[in-house]
Amino acid sequence: MANHLFLPLISPMLAAALALIFTRTKTRNVARGIVLTSVVFNLAYSLWLVWTVATTGIQVTQAAGWEAPFGITLVADGASALMLCVATLLMLVTMSYSFASLDPGYENFFYYPLLLLLLLGVSGAFLTGDIFNLYVWFEVLLLASFGLMTLGGSRAQLEGGLKYVVLNLLGSTAFLMACGLLYGTVGSLNMAHVAERMQSVNNPGIVTVIACLFFFAYGGKAAILPLFFWLPTSYHTPPVAVTAIFSGLLTKVGAYSLYRVLGLVLQDELVRLAPFVLVIAGLTMVVGVFGAMAQMNVRRILSFHIISQIGYTIMGLGLASAVGLAAGLLFTVHVMIVKTALFFIGGAAEQIYGTGDLKKMGGLAQREPLLAIFWFLGILSLAGIPPMSGFFGKLALLQAGVNQGAIGISVIAAFTGILTFFSMLKIWNEVFWKKSYGDMSKLPRVTPGLLLPGALLVMISLALGLGAGVLVDYSQMAGMQLFDRAGYIASVCGVQGCEAIVEAALR
Amino acid sequence: MIKATNYDSIVLRTVARLMMPLLLLLSVFMLLRGHNLPGGGFIGGLVASSAIIMQMIAFGPEYARRVIRVNYLGLAAVGILVAVSASVPALLVGLPFMRAFWLPEAIPGIGKLGTPVVFDVGVFLLVIAVTTKIAMLLSEEPDLFPMHMEQEDEEGVTGAPKA
Repeated sequence: MANHLFLPLISPMLAAALALIFTRTKTRNVARGIVLTSVVFNLAYSLWLVWTVATTGIQVTQAAGWEAPFGITLVADGASALMLCVATLLMLVTMSYSFASLDPGYENFFYYPLLLLLLLGVSGAFLTGDIFNLYVWFEVLLLASFGLMTLGGSRAQLEGGLKYVVLNLLGSTAFLMACGLLYGTVGSLNMAHVAERMQSVNNPGIVTVIACLFFFAYGGKAAILPLFFWLPTSYHTPPVAVTAIFSGLLTKVGAYSLYRVLGLVLQDELVRLAPFVLVIAGLTMVVGVFGAMAQMNVRRILSFHIISQIGYTIMGLGLASAVGLAAGLLFTVHVMIVKTALFFIGGAAEQIYGTGDLKKMGGLAQREPLLAIFWFLGILSLAGIPPMSGFFGKLALLQAGVNQGAIGISVIAAFTGILTFFSMLKIWNEVFWKKSYGDMSKLPRVTPGLLLPGALLVMISLALGLGAGVLVDYSQMAGMQLFDRAGYIASVCGVQGCEAIVEAALR
Repeated sequence: MIKATNYDSIVLRTVARLMMPLLLLLSVFMLLRGHNLPGGGFIGGLVASSAIIMQMIAFGPEYARRVIRVNYLGLAAVGILVAVSASVPALLVGLPFMRAFWLPEAIPGIGKLGTPVVFDVGVFLLVIAVTTKIAMLLSEEPDLFPMHMEQEDEEGVTGAPKA
């Protein structure tokens, strides 16, 4: 029993409540101190958790001591510990960027409690071992994100927020329907128990329906091809810090859930649906990157690239093997860090000019060389050029793809990488390289508070690229765990399996 | 702006006055019987907040705010703190989160006491705070009163165009 798995959930909940009490202008620094303490604690804990999982294997705890298939289980395996760690890191960086960039009005309106609730929902979604509990954590993080998206209440925000809310509620409904069908089919919602009983279900039709419903629900949240339109219409409207943390967390929680539920629980279905998933992945990559080419706004371009990058993550899923999932996981971790970094740097440039319109910007390379350097390193990483982390993420995916004979998707992935670089160079040209039209001397300088968060994340990406061996080994271990149903069931319910516990309880 | 309430009904006002203490008592009763019988923190909280919301409908949101002077957001935060801290002791002694501890003997008139009761009290406070706060915000939002909207529209039409 690893009871400590509840700590990353308790800490943001308590801190959010305390910050709510101190959310006045006079006590603003107290509120900041509380939220910062909580996030730093979570980061330290999740680093320790990654180390513990790597050395001693999957960690499991049962809420209130109810045995596995009956109560709610929290499970930390390689994938969830790693995602938890990266998500908390991004939250910490976002907090520090918010300290530097937001006007006080935001802070008084529950900005930090909402960020903490977002962290709570995301951490819960990564750690839970129960499908309905996963639904609940999704609702927690979606409610927090609805608040963050519309905080400020400008017309554009409300319009973008409406689309975001509607599509996400549609996805949640599909998620709930899938939960109901699953419970009706196998009589349990504990992931380990469902995975165990799935092997003896003799009605393949309904299982396919359930798998497709889950794919639709999580796919909508992850912004895969036909369901992505909410993302580019809403992501450029809230403040930069909010967009950055959304890009790092929200779509990736959807992707993680796809890995968890399709990759582990409904594994046989995933193998059957794999060609279809690969087609979606390829289309998502290409459409995302072409969509970005048509845009002339920094954050809109980056938003379309989120979609394109999700295609790579889905490609890892579509390979339907431990190696594929490991590669997808490695890529997802890299893209979470780099994408958030690019949003921070692009956002800092936007803050200088007061607009994100490429036509009105220019000449920043001369004025802010540090910002330009980190932007360039960031786009190298995103495009997958060594020694940045993006190279190893894409390399792992391409290797897995070619080894499994999925040549088509591998070619598309490589081709999309080049297009991504071109599209990023457009921002480089327009914002940093070309001559500025206006007089730049009156524009504000970039403060260290705006520069450092993005720079730190780019440095982490570089470090992950230089020390890629450790991360690759870890991600392969995590991929093995993700795809190993028997091992997962054994660590949640014991070697006898969940069915033995149910029979013992009935006797 | 019209400050009066929507429904100026003497029946509603009289009943609301009478019902307020009854509903609040009922909510505490619901809260305490809740662990093994229908009721609990959530239901009790809804009953208590319905008592306040009834005041709001009968006398208007300003009156409701004046009669029960509570910072609802602060109350919500306290509710979360109480609920979470009731679940933490199990962790400190090495048991899973939310594991219940009970007093060995039931207290006459109240029943068995233990950490789940404290958790329910937290939920109770949270539900009161959130439902009442939402209801107050909605009723104080001027756009939601059609009467006021019409008035503003008329002003917009007859008033001189702004520079």
